[in-house]
Amino acid sequence: MEEVKPRISVYYAQNATVVTLADEKILDDEAIRALEDSIMPLIDGPVNLVIDFSNVNFLSSAVLGLLIRVCKRVNENKGRLKLCSIAPRIFDIFKITRLDEIFEIYPDVKKAMQTLK
Amino acid sequence: MTSKACTHERIVSRGVISELRQVCASILCHTQQFEYSDDDLFAIHLAMEEAVVNAIKHGNKRDPARDIIIEYDLSPQKVDIRITDQGEGFDPSGLDDPRLGDNIYKPDGRGVLLIRSYMDSVEYNNVGNSVRMVKFNRKSA
Repeated sequence: MEEVKPRISVYYAQNATVVTLADEKILDDEAIRALEDSIMPLIDGPVNLVIDFSNVNFLSSAVLGLLIRVCKRVNENKGRLKLCSIAPRIFDIFKITRLDEIFEIYPDVKKAMQTLK
Repeated sequence: MTSKACTHERIVSRGVISELRQVCASILCHTQQFEYSDDDLFAIHLAMEEAVVNAIKHGNKRDPARDIIIEYDLSPQKVDIRITDQGEGFDPSGLDDPRLGDNIYKPDGRGVLLIRSYMDSVEYNNVGNSVRMVKFNRKSA
């Protein structure tokens, strides 16, 4: 039987839920749906969510759509969303689309967590 | 011996994303032999991904029976790729700017912006069902 690789790993620290994206490339609709199905249950309440991109070296605009849906859900539930450890080439995508102006982006998990104290 | 001859190919594929991603991977592999920078390869990869997804979703309306044509010329100086779907086409000048106003909160509509941002030249045909994208090799300049 083919092993199903988890798309994310999750840990809970201080007052935040930290989600680390496991895939290096995030492209397929299937992968994005799987990510959404994994993340949405984590933000049912007023959760501070940190998404760690340290493993990601390629993504498409479809992933930006997922992040916007996650951001809306977090805001609706009075939580906060922080993104971190985004590689420079990926960060350029955020800058070009100006999504760096609506997402809070930090160099690493530690710095993102510090802003939640 | 590694061949570094310029490459021209025209590939007709079913509108199935997994098959088209294989074509894109093959184009990237050919392009690597011409020593493009990692930034250029990233740009070409992203533009092809966005263009292929647009062709399947918006052009062919996800009908796998409709074909996608990928035509490309690869050389040490530039990568020239044309992607054509069998849809009705669209007017690229009529697209909303995804960076402005409430559009920034919409989950989609950024593909064409990214293609234009990452490639040096982007042209649509009159019908709007075919996009030609060119990236010059900065290393060869």
